[in-house]
Order: sequence, then structure tokens, then C-alpha cells
Amino acid sequence: MQHDEVIWQVIRHKHCSYMAKIETGIFCRNPYNVTGICNRSSCPLANSRYATIRDHEGVFYLYMKTIERAHMPKNLWERVKLPRNYEKALETIDKHLLYWPKLLQHKIKQRLTKMTQMRIRMRKLALKTREKIMTTPRRDIKRESRREEKAIKAAVLDKAIETELLERLKKGIYGDIYNYPELEWNKVLDEEKQVAEGVEEEEEEEPEIEYVEGYEELEEEEDMEDFSGFPSKGSGYDDDEHDSDDEEEDDDDVEEQVVIHKKGKRDSRKPDDVGKSKKKKRVVVEVEQEDGDVRQTLKTAR
Amino acid sequence: MGFKRKKGDGEGEEMESEVRGRPSFNTAERRNVILPSMIKNKDKRAKVYAKQKHEKKVEKQKKIKARDAAEKQALELGEEPPQKMVPKTIENTREADETVCRPDDEELFADIDADEFNPVLRREVTPKVLITTCRFNSTRGPAFISELQSVIPNSDYRKRGTYDLKKIVEYAKKKDYTSLIVVHTNRREPDALLIIGLPNGPTAHFKLSNLVLRKDIKNHGNPTSHEPELVLNNFTTRLGNRVGRFFQSLFPQEPNFRGRRVVTFHNQRDFIFFRHHRYIFDVKEDKQSGAKGKDAVAKQRVKPRLQECGPSFTLKLVTLQHGTFDTKGGEFEWVHKPEMDTSRRRFFL
Repeated sequence: MQHDEVIWQVIRHKHCSYMAKIETGIFCRNPYNVTGICNRSSCPLANSRYATIRDHEGVFYLYMKTIERAHMPKNLWERVKLPRNYEKALETIDKHLLYWPKLLQHKIKQRLTKMTQMRIRMRKLALKTREKIMTTPRRDIKRESRREEKAIKAAVLDKAIETELLERLKKGIYGDIYNYPELEWNKVLDEEKQVAEGVEEEEEEEPEIEYVEGYEELEEEEDMEDFSGFPSKGSGYDDDEHDSDDEEEDDDDVEEQVVIHKKGKRDSRKPDDVGKSKKKKRVVVEVEQEDGDVRQTLKTAR
Repeated sequence: MGFKRKKGDGEGEEMESEVRGRPSFNTAERRNVILPSMIKNKDKRAKVYAKQKHEKKVEKQKKIKARDAAEKQALELGEEPPQKMVPKTIENTREADETVCRPDDEELFADIDADEFNPVLRREVTPKVLITTCRFNSTRGPAFISELQSVIPNSDYRKRGTYDLKKIVEYAKKKDYTSLIVVHTNRREPDALLIIGLPNGPTAHFKLSNLVLRKDIKNHGNPTSHEPELVLNNFTTRLGNRVGRFFQSLFPQEPNFRGRRVVTFHNQRDFIFFRHHRYIFDVKEDKQSGAKGKDAVAKQRVKPRLQECGPSFTLKLVTLQHGTFDTKGGEFEWVHKPEMDTSRRRFFL
């Protein structure tokens, strides 16, 4: 026999596992509860005639339970699909809950209203973009920071930048801004061995060469250093070959402006310092206009 | 147990057996070698261990001395000195990567020509950068952005509002910007950088860490408004090359050398370190005592001196996507997966 009052007394005063007490009130976590509050009139367990609205994948269903089916828990809840239209849904509810207590009807309609509003809002939100929070396990974060520290130590940044700038100065990319004769003397001393090879190259490349500077030079030079076989300086002809190849790639990007910049300077410098210009020519190769032309010329130069 | 007592008694015997036992060549000898960890007596054990360490140290010093002597001798005689041993580093033992750019790669040239950065890098278009933030920006964000503005010439900052990123991209395209940078903040710290090339350039998502602002650097310099020079180090693979060119396309291609400003992107083990310096060349006397002569040769050396200015931070590439920002439908060229971190010798940039 179904005694609602007894059930309610037992549940409320002893223990109900759906009850959640918060500082602001007592709530019922039972999914079939209409209002969500733990109440004598809202408890789905303590009312043998009860109804709710539940949502399944955006479709609203009206669930009803009557005392006639109280002994068959499997078939206890009767489900009716509610139409999408709000007014039509209200009419359906009226039809099904015609002779039911007024309180329940009212509460159900309130719930329907709330749920339709929520559905509209969820749909609008789904169209907007929201940031998704990705978490990384702490292990990975720590490992990254450890590796970063070691990488900083391995990359002796100041030294690397200084050597890079010195290289550029030696190549003459800065033009006449700096005047360091000592540098040139040292260079001449270093290059005494490579005079002969330099002469050959100069003659080959003479007609088409202009000085170019490319930022990616640097990248490619790092390439070279990464190759175990290639020493970075003073290796002679091999060095020149690969340097010139490196330049080829970059030349596509960097063109006229720097060339113009250099043309004037080059003429002034050419007679001065043979050794220096030789080294420059070895390293720098330029592509003038179209890539096809350029590469062809370079190939012949080789 | 008898073993233990024996050890306690025969002190002298132990030492001898240890010394003899080092080059243990057969099992009989090996039985005589006593590891310090086998001795139960703490006092004794400590003494034995200390002695072992001392012996090892002495041996090592002897080796080093012998090596140095051999080298000196060879140089004096005029022969080739014995080859110096090169220590193994992670960079030396890096796993061979087939995507490393080779200087004679035709395909590379072709790709570079068909690149999205080509117009900027060929100086057909001057770079114009738009900087914005994520929806919530706080604490270090604005300071970082103002410093970024000083580093990158021709850059504008706009507040984010609640616009969709795709809408912002369209707006930037309309106003002829060449790149868009989004600084993302997490927990009141900028922690990610999203660089989008325009009009249809790639999108690179970087993780930002270790940010040091200008005011926190000791003896910092103040950057001028001259166009900076770029230094891009160690971008070896194809992917690295692409990322390097991407950075290049943010800056104007006509550096003003008189301004003496240099901006560095240095790649080390897949971490890209950003530094901003002002430099000057100094002439210093470098006293060298040559190997041959005893007289000191005073050489004049030109050395560059750096003064750090501007922010310094570390970037790590998380994803590189072809086309403008589109996480759902976009084609990702490279995505970082945790399984890529398993090998300590494998790097992608």
C-alpha cells in the first residue's frame, strides 16, 4: 500500500539520499523533481501522483506517475513528447494534466518556461566562440621548465649574438659606418693562405656579382656549423662553395635595396683591400632579378 | 658473518687487495675486490670510500697531465698534436632529421618563392602589425604590450572587446595589416602568443614563458625608433625555416644600421629566445701569448658590446596552422603532441 505520509516522515526525518543541504536552503537532487527543492509537495518519492518535465537532447518530455502503477517501478513513469512550440506545449500539458491538482500544473508550467528559456540561451551560446581551457599535467609543465633552463645555459646567448654581429661587421654589411683598420689587418693576416683560390673565384663571378645581404644568411650559416663536416672558417674553396649556395636561397627575399646601398660603397672599397673584398665575394652572391635567371647564373658561376 | 670479522681484522690486507683488485681479470681476483657498500662498519666504510675516491682523482689528474704533456711535446716537435676529444652535447648528438635545410635544395627555393611571406620579404609590402589581447587582460599584459610596440616598428594596439578572433582577422585584412599578434593571458601573466599572418598567412601559436620586462632588467637601455636588425639563429629544419621567415616578416626589411639595434630570435632545442639589444663595437687590446713565442703579441681586437633593452622572453611553438585562424576547419602543418617529447635528442625547429 502506498502511504505518502509515512514515506515522507521517514525520508525527511531519517535520511534521504537525494537531499542536499546548503546554507541557503534544502534541495532535492532527484532528477524527477519539478521544483528542485526538498518539500512535502515537491518530493517525487512522497507523492504517488506526480509529474515533471525532463529534457533529453533538446527535446522536452512530460513524465507522469500515478498510483495505479505504483507497484510496477519499471513502468512507473509515463512519457509524453512535448512539441517544440511553447504555446502548443502548454496546451499539451493542460490536456494531460486536466484533473490534476492546480499546484502541480502551475509548477510544471513554470518549469517548462524556465527550460525553454535555457534552451534558447544554450543555442545562442553554442553559436558564439568560447575559449576552451586545456590543462597540461604538472609533470609536463615542470619538464618543460627544466628543459628551458638547460637550453638557456646551452645557448650562450650573449656570446652568440656578439659573434653574429662581429661576423656581419667583418663581412662589411655595415658599410662605412664603422672604421676599424685593425679588423682588416687581422683579416688580411688570416687570409694569406687563401689568396690563390680567392683569385680564381673572383674572376669567375666578376660579371654578375653584387653584394647582397640577407638575414637568413645567418640561418644558413648556422646550418653549416651544424654539419659536422664543415669547419666554419678558413677552409678555403669548400667554404666558398657552400656559402655561395647558402646565399642563393636568401637572395630571393632580399634584393634591390641593399644592393643599391652597397654599390657605391663597393666601388670605393674595391681597390683598397683586396683580401677583404675577396672574402666578401666568396660569401656573398646575389640574385638580381628573376629567380630563374639568377639561379642559372649562379650555376654557371660555379 | 665470518666474512665480516675478517674484514674488521685484516686492514692492511684489504687495502692491498683493493689496489690489486682494480684490474680484475678473472673471477678469483674479482672475489677479492670489496665494494665499500659491502662493509657494514660505518667508520671503516667511510675510510675505504674516501681512499677510493682519492685514488680515482689522482688517476684522472695523471691522465690529464699526460695528455697535456703529449700535446705540448707534439707542438714543440712541430708534429700534429693528438686530436682533442670533443665532449658530447645534446646538440652534437641530436637525432638526424631529414627535414634539415640543405643549401642546394631546389624544392626549398621553390617553396620559399611560393611562400606567404614573400611579398613582405621582397619589400613589396611594408609590414604593419596589429597587436591585441585575449578577452581578459590584466597585470603584466599591458606593460608587455607597450614594450612590444616599442620593439616592433609600425605596430598598433587595439583593445579586444568581445569580438570573435575571426572577425578581428577580417577587420585587420580590411585595414591592410600584414600580421596580427594576440597576447594571451593566463593567471594574470601573458602566457601565449598567437601570430597570424595576413591576408592568408599561417597562424602560429607559441607558448610564452620567462618574461622579463624592461624595468626589471638591470642597466637596461632605452630603444630608439630606428628599424632594428634581425638575428635569427639555429633555424635549421624546414619547419624552422618557415618559422624564422615568419618572424622576419614582422619587421621591416630595411634595417637602420646607424640605430645599432638588434633583435634576436635564437632557437635552442626548440625554445626560441627573444632578446632585444643595443650594441656598440669596442676596440680592445688583446694580449696573446702565442704558442711558439714567449713574447706577448698585443693584438687589437674589435669586440661588440651589448646592452639589453626591451623585453626578453622564451617562445615554444605549439601549433602551426596553414591559413588564418581556424581551429576547427584549418589545416595544421605542425602540432605539438606529448609523444614528441619522449626523446631527449629530437628537436623539430
